Amino acid sequence: MHVRVLASREPRKEGRGREGELTPDEPLLEVRDVSLRFGGVRALSNVSFAVRKGEVFSIIGPNGAGKTSMLNCISGRYRPSEGDILYKGASLMRRSINDRARLGIGRTFQNLALFGHMSVLDNILVGRHHMMKNNVVTGMAYWVGGARREELKERRRVEEIIDFLEIAHVRGEPAGTLSYGLRKRVELARAMAIEPDLILLDEPMAGMNLEEKEDMARYIIALSEEFGMTTMMIEHDMGVVMDLSDRVIVLDFGRRIAGGTPAEVLADEHVKKAYLGEEDEVLDALAAAEMEGA
Amino acid sequence: MAHVPNPRPAGDFRTSYAADTALFRTRLEGRLTLLLVLAALSVPLWGSNYLLSQMILIGIYAIAALGLNVLTGMTGQISLGHGAFFGFGAFASAYFSSKGIPVLIAMPLAGLLTTAVGMIFGIPAARLKGLYLAIATLASQFILQDFFARAAWFTGGSYGSLAETASLFGLMINNDARYFYLVLFWVVVSFLMVSNLARTRDGRALVAVRDHYLSAEMMGINLTRYRIMSFGISSFFAGIAGALYGHYLGFVSAEGFTILLSIEFLAMIIIGGLGSVSGSLLGAAFILLLPQVMEVFAGTLAGIFPSIAQGSAYIKQMSVGAAIILFLVLEPEGLIHRWRLMRASWKLFPFSH
Repeated sequence: MHVRVLASREPRKEGRGREGELTPDEPLLEVRDVSLRFGGVRALSNVSFAVRKGEVFSIIGPNGAGKTSMLNCISGRYRPSEGDILYKGASLMRRSINDRARLGIGRTFQNLALFGHMSVLDNILVGRHHMMKNNVVTGMAYWVGGARREELKERRRVEEIIDFLEIAHVRGEPAGTLSYGLRKRVELARAMAIEPDLILLDEPMAGMNLEEKEDMARYIIALSEEFGMTTMMIEHDMGVVMDLSDRVIVLDFGRRIAGGTPAEVLADEHVKKAYLGEEDEVLDALAAAEMEGA
Repeated sequence: MAHVPNPRPAGDFRTSYAADTALFRTRLEGRLTLLLVLAALSVPLWGSNYLLSQMILIGIYAIAALGLNVLTGMTGQISLGHGAFFGFGAFASAYFSSKGIPVLIAMPLAGLLTTAVGMIFGIPAARLKGLYLAIATLASQFILQDFFARAAWFTGGSYGSLAETASLFGLMINNDARYFYLVLFWVVVSFLMVSNLARTRDGRALVAVRDHYLSAEMMGINLTRYRIMSFGISSFFAGIAGALYGHYLGFVSAEGFTILLSIEFLAMIIIGGLGSVSGSLLGAAFILLLPQVMEVFAGTLAGIFPSIAQGSAYIKQMSVGAAIILFLVLEPEGLIHRWRLMRASWKLFPFSH
């Protein structure tokens, strides 16, 4: 079943950031010196990192560290005050939010953002929006003009995702009536329906019990292993992050304080201090220098 | 909207995606609807002229309410200018037919022109939401009303304009029975169009914009485009309904298309059921028939208590208002919700779950 989904993926015609494919050592996503200011508050200061194709990349950090702000910069909700974000070698800064799906970027939200009154099926079908061609006129004509054929074809694709995420039993229910864990899963399904190359997950495990977490971990592994997506994730559950991620960066007060493989990050002195809330002379000096510079 | 279970009857299984996306959930539902349309087709054979004229008006208002339901129910944008778009359709169709275009072609043309006008007045929706948008659409109501009064070349100004009689292959559609079929045709076509829209890409996009516009945008939906498109769709049906209205009366004048009409349309969809296709028809019937039921009620009351006979007109108006308030308190989700509850209860009887 999973193989079939993989096989049914068609190469994306539009939206390759630059001509042709990426070279093997070119990152899929590159964040360069991104700063984000809201008035006097610095949400992000000079954050840089690169996400390689096919990896699971995580951002961790204490509350208010700027993790979601970073994700919002990539998905277009915020525009960085400084710096640049390159996706497939081309800048994302001037692209509108609704271009993201076509470019191959999907995301889930920290606080559930499903279409509450729509059925689970329709929610996931919305993810296929950018790939479908029927419009208001052919849609109203339905039987003539190909809308029916296209809807049924996309429905088949969506059912494959539903099978994979094991939500077939609720496919007809309005999304707003589902339990929290199931809603998170439907949101993942909707983001998967975009067939993104880069999928951004904002706290996919939040508020889940152990069993639901284990299921979700399985799905996240499958995103890259089976579907060939690159996953970028924010998560608080350290066990999950360290087990699933290929690489991790740590944000604290909007600054990148560490990065590398999970083992490297765990061993890092700055990270320990940030999580234990201790004074960190090196970083404090850095911040002071920054304040003078600004 | 509260979710009401709607189990399928035993033995009626859906075995294909096509069957699962069908317009009617069950075979029985489809057949009943067909039966209803057939019954409507027979009304001119046995119905009185009064009944016919009422059904024509219900049909016309239902089409306009359906349009508003796409805008307000599906996309979540309130419009206080729907009555003006309805009027614009009436004037446009009268204008086209006065230029020698056959009425039956002038009607869809009027619908398309109203679509264009609606989209222009929908542009503020790109930036405004909720109450602010409602006030912006109020402006479209007043601008259009002023236009009706001043643009004499188009509307006949304060004199109004004559709407020609429709004809089909030489057959004049000049009595209520024939006009009833014309309206019924447009009702069926309009309701099919919107039902189809609801199960295809752009219809889902409209609902997505209503339910969660931030994530809709992330799914590749251009918010501005769909918000304005929604105004276009709703104005199209307002235009068609207005054209049907104008040619039915034979005379179009600006007085009929005030903000009161816009609010009546809003009342129809709220009472019928926001976002529900068939609710639009129920709401239109309710708003049109309620004053008449209340008239009978007031008359009866005056018969019993002769002392209030003089005030029966007031009693009628007051009871219309009271009925609407009672309705909103007791059934805020509309007639269609009540219908779904009834359907669930007889399907599930004698077990309540």
